[in-house]
Amino acid sequence: MENQFQTKEFQTEDNKQLDQNAIAIANVSHRFGDKEVLKNISLSVKKREIIGLLGPSGAGKTTLIKIITGQLVPTSGSVKLAGCDMRSPSPAIYRRIGMMMDDCGLYERLSCYDNLRLYADLYRIDHDRVEEVLKWVGLYEARKCPAQKLSKGMRGRLMLARAVLHRPEFLFLDEPTSGLDPATTGHIHELIFGMCKEGTTVFLTTHNMTEAEKLCKHVALLNEGKIVEYGEPQEINRKYNHMNRLKIRLYSGKDLDLPNTEEAAEQVYEYLQTRQIETIHSTEPNLESVFLELTGQRLQE
Amino acid sequence: MKNSIIIFRKQVKDTGRNLALGIQFIMFPLMAIIMENAIQVKDMPPHFFVGMFAVMHIGMAPLNVMAAVISEEKEKNTLRMLFFGSVKSVEYLLGIGGFVFSACMVGTVVFAVVGGYGGVEFLRFLLIMAAGICVSMLLGAVIGILTKSQISATTIATPTMMVFAFLPMLAMFNETIAKVADYAYSQQVQLMLNGLASGTRTEPKSLLVIAVSAVIAVGMFIYAYRRSGLL
Repeated sequence: MENQFQTKEFQTEDNKQLDQNAIAIANVSHRFGDKEVLKNISLSVKKREIIGLLGPSGAGKTTLIKIITGQLVPTSGSVKLAGCDMRSPSPAIYRRIGMMMDDCGLYERLSCYDNLRLYADLYRIDHDRVEEVLKWVGLYEARKCPAQKLSKGMRGRLMLARAVLHRPEFLFLDEPTSGLDPATTGHIHELIFGMCKEGTTVFLTTHNMTEAEKLCKHVALLNEGKIVEYGEPQEINRKYNHMNRLKIRLYSGKDLDLPNTEEAAEQVYEYLQTRQIETIHSTEPNLESVFLELTGQRLQE
Repeated sequence: MKNSIIIFRKQVKDTGRNLALGIQFIMFPLMAIIMENAIQVKDMPPHFFVGMFAVMHIGMAPLNVMAAVISEEKEKNTLRMLFFGSVKSVEYLLGIGGFVFSACMVGTVVFAVVGGYGGVEFLRFLLIMAAGICVSMLLGAVIGILTKSQISATTIATPTMMVFAFLPMLAMFNETIAKVADYAYSQQVQLMLNGLASGTRTEPKSLLVIAVSAVIAVGMFIYAYRRSGLL
């Protein structure tokens, strides 16, 4: 399962079209010492799209984000962000990027307001925007609270606030809801949708397939540094529809787990005719089961 | 330049909430005020405590604070985020350096006032101290750049600081140490301050040692910056 679809895409598009993509990644590989963490990754992202990079821990998601944002130079391949070569990014491109990564520190002793005000000053943004963003992420009441006293969820929201403060064209979110409670997660999802509606291209990594299905227009499944599948979540699920199964409980108490085949359909028809079926459910594939089939691993591993 | 001022303001706020760093700027000036007023010993050189604590001040505060601030920003990735905010390395170093220098010079003014210096002597006192502070700042920056965490920065900064801060004091009691200390910029700062207090002329050797130390510190800084960069 090499990245045939992406490779094909790159072969058919000319360079001009590639530049028109918001993000264009071509044949990127990266090594840390002897370990190859990314293997010939190709991917293109259109403007105003939310793309999700799914994979278990250690798959190479964060490394890829660092390469796209110019924090790491790939061993080989090229990355363009709005046409800018991220192997040697111009300082101007950074004003168009917002980033929320787990290891992107906050000034722990400074208040939420001061943390954001610092960046507002650097981006030459009016201080009203700081208050607006604090309200937007629900931290206005805690604006005077030092970052070190915030809960994990609040820290996540503060980092998101900092990432969107300057209304970036590109938003990179590295596991934005990892370890957060469902309420905060839902809130962050709404904020991400809001940004996308305003025209931001969002690139997020996650190992939560529900999050990816809910948020992303396209997802790329990453395993051991390789993209093993790419497409719209529903499209991927349909592609693997052979994994669809029927779970049947008979009045006799017997449970049946049948594949989606003609033979099984005949069997079900027979049970229906003889009125033996108490309950019947179909289980469609989801990104988790697709990933499991493709890699033999679970996303959450 | 504007970014440097923003970094400067950020550092003022951050240090104001960081007792461990803030205390380094006020500790020795405060000690000088207390000791100058509390202890009067016959035949003691004029403004003995001002000279002694002033040298400890330049040996400790700029070196420790520069190393601590840079290494903390690197460790917690706040520096990376500043670069994403279009801050250039030079702007960052000017902002942090500007803050450390200013804070140290506030302490220096306190020393000068306690020492009773006025007019040209006051300015000479500030100049001598400024030279020592700059060398210490460069050494602190080198440590901050070459280390990846605050703990490793402290591990190197503490003994370095102790050598330069306490060598002049130890030199008063031991001739061998005094001979070695002659090559340390902090010892020459001490001798220049003593000369200023007693009204004797500054030895060219003192200026030479401080100048050579500054050149070495600049060289080390350039080497460290080229080797590791700020990130």
